[in-house]
Amino acid sequence: MNHRAVDSNAPRDRAADRPSIATTPVPRAAPDHSEACPLSIHDMTVAYHRRPVLWDVDYAAPEGQLVGIVGPNGAGKSTLLKACLGLIPLASGSVRFYGKTYQQARRLVGYVPQRESVDWDFPASALDVVTMGRYGRIPWCLPPGRKQKQAALRCLEQVGMADFARRQISKLSGGQQQRVFLARALAQEAQVYLMDEPFSGVDAATEAAIVTLLRELRARGRTVLVVHHDLQTVPEYFDHVVLLNMRIVAAGPTATVFTRENLQKTYGGRLTLLDQAADAVARAGRT
Amino acid sequence: MTGWQWSIDGWIVLTGVLSACSCALLGNYLVLRRMSLMGDAISHAVLPGLAVAFLVADSRAPLPMFLGAVAAGALTTVLTEAVARFGKVEHGAAMGVIFSILFAVGLILIRRAADHVDLDPGCVLYGNIAQVPFDAIDGSVPPAVRNLLVVLALNALFVALFYKELKISTFDPNLATTVGIPASLMHYALMILVSLTTVANFESVGSILVIAMLIVPAVAAHLLTDGLARMILVSLLLAVASAVAGHVAATFGPGWIGVPYVTNTSAMIAVVSGALLVAAILFSPRHGVISAAWHRAALSISIAREDILGLLHRWHERPAAATRTLARRDLLAAVGDTWISRWALRRLIRAADVELVPPPIDAGVRLTARGLAKAAGLVRAHRLWETYLARHFPLPLDHLHHSAERVEHYLTPQLRAALSDDVTTRVDPSGKEIPPEAADTVSHPPAP
Repeated sequence: MNHRAVDSNAPRDRAADRPSIATTPVPRAAPDHSEACPLSIHDMTVAYHRRPVLWDVDYAAPEGQLVGIVGPNGAGKSTLLKACLGLIPLASGSVRFYGKTYQQARRLVGYVPQRESVDWDFPASALDVVTMGRYGRIPWCLPPGRKQKQAALRCLEQVGMADFARRQISKLSGGQQQRVFLARALAQEAQVYLMDEPFSGVDAATEAAIVTLLRELRARGRTVLVVHHDLQTVPEYFDHVVLLNMRIVAAGPTATVFTRENLQKTYGGRLTLLDQAADAVARAGRT
Repeated sequence: MTGWQWSIDGWIVLTGVLSACSCALLGNYLVLRRMSLMGDAISHAVLPGLAVAFLVADSRAPLPMFLGAVAAGALTTVLTEAVARFGKVEHGAAMGVIFSILFAVGLILIRRAADHVDLDPGCVLYGNIAQVPFDAIDGSVPPAVRNLLVVLALNALFVALFYKELKISTFDPNLATTVGIPASLMHYALMILVSLTTVANFESVGSILVIAMLIVPAVAAHLLTDGLARMILVSLLLAVASAVAGHVAATFGPGWIGVPYVTNTSAMIAVVSGALLVAAILFSPRHGVISAAWHRAALSISIAREDILGLLHRWHERPAAATRTLARRDLLAAVGDTWISRWALRRLIRAADVELVPPPIDAGVRLTARGLAKAAGLVRAHRLWETYLARHFPLPLDHLHHSAERVEHYLTPQLRAALSDDVTTRVDPSGKEIPPEAADTVSHPPAP
């Protein structure tokens, strides 16, 4: 992008040609927001204060696939999910779920925030928390009925936590808490799931259970985007990867995109110790 | 000093109860949102709103007062968010800046207003609950009580109607927003009600003690309960208890210790609720200091009992034992002579698992038949575990005993059965016999 600064007459890229959002209140047509695409992001820029954290993000998630979002700390992975869900305002760009805005497509989307984002001392049982996944389907001011609670209980069963339904959430282990969060997302009965580091700080048994659950979701045609930290397991867990470092460095099928060169580009100087591991992983990914 | 007069004390207690309940209801959400200080901030920051309302309306009519409070409360919330975001400081600091400045502005305005209206800054700070009954004209409901009733009804309606929405937006604001329940809207609604509540409480308890009313019952209830609905209920009960006990203590307490005055009721309500909180910290069945100490001691005693049984069993199974009696002093020296082991030994004797052998032989102890069966079960668990470890893990023999010594106390009958299926030999790795499973099952301590 250096040429822009050097020569203002040189051909500009798409983002620079477009008049800024502030001067054009009418949103421009987005030809690439296909109704068949579970999640399409068009030209997204997100800024905290005036410091941009995500630039020029264009992405279309493939339907019925497990997508890993990988990148160094501060690359904007969580921000990407939150911006898609409208929790953080976009400086520019647009997001569509099956061609609809998030407001129209709420029920199609499930969200698993980071486990640390909530206070687990909250006076609620595992079943209470999972039932919250159904709140969007209950009219305002009405309490969740028996049907909703039964649906929530079935979701707890799916993650192997039915025996803990009545237990207060602070008395669950980290892995169990993460399963409760996943059950809550299941309770949302969505088509697209956005999960923020579901594998962080869980034991091996929970990790295996989560992977099984992700594959079940894929088998049922759901699309799942997962922010992931462990490069070693990327080729094993994910069909597609998005390599993110403030911009999308590369995105596509794991076998072609998860290469050493791309990881080098994503992690830059930060990939020192990880270098060899990534090499090994990339090789493993091709076999 | 006067006695109890229902026409006066009745109104004061009612005021205290309404005041404490209206605060405690919202306080639950402030505590759970980790925003306890927001109540502090708002109770101070509503002052300029009140002063402006006085200046404009030129009276202390409730409606302008409440409108002023709502405006000031909303302003505090917005300004706090703005300072936190644009000043890049944490919420606590932003709150501190905003509420102290608004409070100062309020004081200046009240000084101006005081020329026109009958308004005492001291009264706003501390309230004057004792004055409440005398504001009633000829037996009608005092205005302070009426205002508190309205606010309590509003708060109760808010919490009952939006119970589900408040719950999700308090626990996980991001999820709430994504499922279509805007967390920020709930936040503002809550803050506006907190503003209204603090204003309604100014006359009775003042802007400083209202913070105790908001926070203390909720914190205590949080310690005592595991569910939101129950937490709210318990906080209300504690609020009522502290209001009633507070007034009784303020009226009669000084007399009991021989001081001929009646002290400040609202302060006493806060003191009583503080005492209830201390009691909750000490005695809470699950999180309390006392119950934790009790469980630790009970576990230590139960482990000491089993250690004594195990030791006596090993003494008992010596080949060609000259005596099966072990000197009490030697036994205590072996298991560690603490009050816990002495207590454990006394319990074993009382349960007839161990019997005292009186001097002439020695002040000694030995197992009864009953105790021997129990001890065999324990030693069986110990040696099964050693054998299991030796079979599956390449550990040196001297590493086995220590692990088994700890684990034996926690092996449930099911685990022991599983171990016994795994272990096929009848001797442990050091060649000692594993006692057979007793006919009657041995009682076991609950897993911690």
